[in-house]
Amino acid sequence: MYRYNEFDTAFVRQRVAQFSGQIDRRLDGSLTEDEFRPLRLMNGLYLQLHAYMLRIAIPYGTLRADQMRQLAHIAETWDKGYGHFTTRQNIQFNWPKLTDVPAILSALADVGMHSIQTSGNCIRNVTADHFAGAAADEIEDPRPVAEMIRQWSTDHPEFQFLPRKFKIAVIGSAHDRAVTRAHDIGLRILHQNGVAGFEVIVGGGLGRTPMLGPVIRPFLPKADLLPYLEAIVATYNLLGRRDNKFKARIKITVFENGLERFRDLVEQEFIRRRASFNGAAAEILAEIAPFFAPPAFKAADPAPFAAAYAVDGLFRAWADTNLVPHKRADHAIVTVSLKAHGETPGDASAAQMRALADLADAYGYGELRISHEQNVILPHVARADLPAVHEALRRVGLATANVGLLSDIIACPGMDYCALATARSIPVAQEIATHFKAIGLEREIGQIKIKISGCINACGHHHVGHIGILGLDRAGVENYQITLGGDHTETAAIGERAGPGFAYDAVVPAIERVLRTYLALRRATDETFIETFRRLGAAPFKQALYGDEARDAA
Amino acid sequence: MSRRFTPKVLTANDLRKGDVIYLTADGRWSRQHNEAELIDDEAIAELRLLEAMGQSAHIVGPYLADARPGPNGPEPLHFRETFRTRGPSNYAHGKQEADHVPL
Repeated sequence: MYRYNEFDTAFVRQRVAQFSGQIDRRLDGSLTEDEFRPLRLMNGLYLQLHAYMLRIAIPYGTLRADQMRQLAHIAETWDKGYGHFTTRQNIQFNWPKLTDVPAILSALADVGMHSIQTSGNCIRNVTADHFAGAAADEIEDPRPVAEMIRQWSTDHPEFQFLPRKFKIAVIGSAHDRAVTRAHDIGLRILHQNGVAGFEVIVGGGLGRTPMLGPVIRPFLPKADLLPYLEAIVATYNLLGRRDNKFKARIKITVFENGLERFRDLVEQEFIRRRASFNGAAAEILAEIAPFFAPPAFKAADPAPFAAAYAVDGLFRAWADTNLVPHKRADHAIVTVSLKAHGETPGDASAAQMRALADLADAYGYGELRISHEQNVILPHVARADLPAVHEALRRVGLATANVGLLSDIIACPGMDYCALATARSIPVAQEIATHFKAIGLEREIGQIKIKISGCINACGHHHVGHIGILGLDRAGVENYQITLGGDHTETAAIGERAGPGFAYDAVVPAIERVLRTYLALRRATDETFIETFRRLGAAPFKQALYGDEARDAA
Repeated sequence: MSRRFTPKVLTANDLRKGDVIYLTADGRWSRQHNEAELIDDEAIAELRLLEAMGQSAHIVGPYLADARPGPNGPEPLHFRETFRTRGPSNYAHGKQEADHVPL
């Protein structure tokens, strides 16, 4: 995995020193809050409802065991003993004191991590497939390119004051696990006639105006990536609206100008920029690539896996949901669920983080990944070691066998933490998970994606959930809108709003009505919720939600 | 026609800790909503807010929040302000902690 070079190290240390000085000057009164606020946001420090929040980037979701251990140390030393993994492959600490932030940033720098550009109107943490480098269906590991984008975008002088924030995601498989069409730029690695390149998607995004990004370039040779990205961001930087925050994202720029005009401007800019790059990107990529070489996989007879699978029901249930095929037949990709029923989606205690780091060292070549679905991945585990891994996870409460099932819910922090939220998300997720466990329907319902956001900004990706839940403030009361039929994969779709919202207490019963309708209408047990929805449309589910009012309105 | 003024409390976050704080009638910053001064005069509320804006060395983001009188002092009206009086609902953190102490 990537390790900082001298330049990276010096840059991050210098930034820690600069921001520490800025905090000192804020505390001694030299800086007002208006002056300090943009400085702290540039360094990922928010002031939320109850406390400060520090958002730390986990570039392309890749984490070494020693870095995970350091996050555990930070959680215990300066926070409340846990961290929250987010839908953008970041980790957030919810309770740091302003006076402790310099020490935290210094501890992060010790392991090659930082919180730079995790807020503000700049290019944010670059996200990628959480199975990168391991997935059986992978064309090419997206992380070398993602690391190059991280280096290029960090402190890029031209792009520090964009009209609005800017998010880039990269996927190296035909299956899209990085929600590329919901990003400002989505990159899909392709090999065409033996040449490596990208399908480039621009202008996707969720939030107030959800849009799936169109393809701006069906095939971009790999060598042209950086000048092309610069051309897109530079075009947006000039053309994007700064008069209205709600119309400032590139999706609106592309939509208002039309894809053709926007593309023409980008292509003109690209020609100018490409000359100045002069092949430098290829050299940098060649330096980065060896860091992402696969580990020295050990061959192991998978017999212990089959033996445990045959006799241990708990192990079998976990293996059925939490494992994904690895590119090597004698290995598997393990998704460790951070969605234990009734717990907060995406939260891990310091003890759990240490246990994960230890498991990565003992069985996973020291590698960990964080998914945008708020789980932790052990990307390379020999199948022979899976029973031992499962047992170790069980001891720290991390063996929940629910990946891809109803309780594997994405939920933003919502109004339990976030200053922007209009309603709570976390307790809704907790109650859905515990309710369906109690009535014993989770396995019966099977594969389904429920995604919850506590405001219109859609950090919880509700638009692309098979069932999306959006928490709003309606006349001083929490109210939840339900959307149906969203899809976050390569067949991406924005869910449609089912109808009027539900009161806090009515959300779980409403979801149950939708899911009981699905169980009654599916053709067979292997027809998933989204397949049934696509076959029948929204009507029977609206009927389940609203009764005859839905029919009368239709 | 002038609308009836909804009483307010003045609230902010502590600069160092980030904790939610409320201005009391004797000009202190309390961690407890029920110790806040309930301001029922709009002009005084605006004056308190202006004064608070001058205290940026200790506090962040002062604003006026709707409140009503209660048996133990002012109570919040909006659920967001209710959450701010105690902390998150998923853990007993923030003001719900047994050892939560004023700085």
